[in-house]
Amino acid sequence: MGYTITEKIFSVHVNGKKVKAGDFVYAKVDLGLGNDVTAPIAIDQFYKLGAKKVYDNKKVVLVPDHFTPAKDIKSATQAKILRDFAKKQKIKHYYEIGRMGIEHALLPELGLVEPGKLIIGADSHTCTYGALGAFATGVGSTDLAACWATGSCWFKVPQTMKFVYKGKFKKWVCGKDLILFTIGKIGVDGALYKAMEFSGPVIEQLPVDDRFTMANMAIEAGGKSGIIAPDKITYNYVKAQTADRKIIDKKIKKWEQFLSDNDAQYEQVFDIDVSQIEPQVALPHLPSNSVSVNRVKNITIDQVVIGSCTNGRISDLRIAAKILKGKKVHPSVRCIIFPATQAIYLQAMKEGLLEIFVNANAVVSTPTCGPCLGGHMGILAKGERAIATTNRNFIGRMGHPESEVYLSSPAVAAASSVTGKIIHPDNV
Amino acid sequence: MKIKGKIWKFNDNINTDEIIAARYLNTFDEKELGSYCMEDIDKEFAQKISKGDIIVAGKNFGCGSSREHAPIAIKGCGISCVIAESFARIFYRNAINIGLPIFVSEQASRLLKQGEQIEVDAENGKIMNLTNQEVYASDKFADFMQDIVNSGGLLDWVKKKGFIKK
Repeated sequence: MGYTITEKIFSVHVNGKKVKAGDFVYAKVDLGLGNDVTAPIAIDQFYKLGAKKVYDNKKVVLVPDHFTPAKDIKSATQAKILRDFAKKQKIKHYYEIGRMGIEHALLPELGLVEPGKLIIGADSHTCTYGALGAFATGVGSTDLAACWATGSCWFKVPQTMKFVYKGKFKKWVCGKDLILFTIGKIGVDGALYKAMEFSGPVIEQLPVDDRFTMANMAIEAGGKSGIIAPDKITYNYVKAQTADRKIIDKKIKKWEQFLSDNDAQYEQVFDIDVSQIEPQVALPHLPSNSVSVNRVKNITIDQVVIGSCTNGRISDLRIAAKILKGKKVHPSVRCIIFPATQAIYLQAMKEGLLEIFVNANAVVSTPTCGPCLGGHMGILAKGERAIATTNRNFIGRMGHPESEVYLSSPAVAAASSVTGKIIHPDNV
Repeated sequence: MKIKGKIWKFNDNINTDEIIAARYLNTFDEKELGSYCMEDIDKEFAQKISKGDIIVAGKNFGCGSSREHAPIAIKGCGISCVIAESFARIFYRNAINIGLPIFVSEQASRLLKQGEQIEVDAENGKIMNLTNQEVYASDKFADFMQDIVNSGGLLDWVKKKGFIKK
């Protein structure tokens, strides 16, 4: 009986002992990530545990990205707790304002994520890193504290649901549409406790930014992780993030073991024909309420948000710019665009994308999670409606409990910003 | 351990944004978070409940973000335990890790009604409806997790196991 990629990664992290889905393991962790919302609790718990030093100051990552640049005194205090801890513990991977980005876009960009790594983060979208063939999952602050103190974390090795995507994309369809469609098919608890393995000919050709988007939203189906087997696209991406490419060439040999065996056991296998999928929109108030954009009629919007750990990468901004070039945001709409990291921001500047956005009457913000979770930088008033490229449309997610969030790809969001109504990009 | 209290019923897919809205995540004070618990579903929830009351929910309770503020808020407002048909996994871990008692019981989730008094027998996994004397079973924790529960949470479990590096 063969092993899944997820079982293989766990085996490597429990000293090579072969493990199967359902086993409880106490596994070594390669990276333990926290942000300005979750790390203050973790730091408090870390000291309550009686720990003095983190297990490895190169394996702890701290990114103040949620309420930053600090929106109020309390948020500033939270961020300061991280800063002080980073200083005291000599944390190598602490990223201050001006050097940071939204954590799940930042870590891969910095070359911190590699195939076969085991990563935990006190943020539910930590599952993003599975796009590069790592096992990555969100945990709480106490789990993170225990990891920082001991270097390990307990897990139940998850069963895997395999999704095989075939067919040819229609125009404008991207990774976001695939994942919204998939969550719509299985529901917000359809993959509860499971690893979601994305595969098939469509995934083999899928650009890395779209892969990040798909793995990012595994949690919205209840998944423990999303994962894509590492391949040439992965290796080229990882190589591009490092100065020493020769090291990566050596590592690739090792990474080639992280593929699911042909006779690996899957809990379920889904075949999805992408040829039938139109650009998707998830209606309020669950990500699983996804429908074809053509079925969304006469929904006017007050705000458009393009960005986040789900869709704030350079290819997302390029699509938005392609649609907004030479056009204007509808007079009754506020369009807010968030490049996910400083590097993406700079790249967008070099390519002239920011100029296109500003000329279209959109605003461009510094990287922050702000509006996605209703933190700051774009809160909705009572009765207002937004379309966003973010990941959650729960009640009150972006502000007032009586506001609404619709989820979509950057193409649908950008097109809708022009018309003031949710619309198919072909119609702009 | 026996837990007795009045129940407050909730639907499927109660997410962590509903349990504690993100606008309050700039603190982790248990009492303060508790005062906002469930605010976006029921504005008066924290004021209405009595200490020791119990939340009974449907499927996938605690889905969404990893914020430990969610179980902290539930504890902070005085809720003694949560019973659900199923829990989202990060919430499930967080509750066990911080010592908020949780129980998985499809029967209790389906059959209990708003306002009924119940008694939860944690050791034997039994939930008794004190209104009609019906008894519902709750699922057993795996031994591995029961050990963490018995330790009172993850910190004490880690200490007990001697995992802290000196």
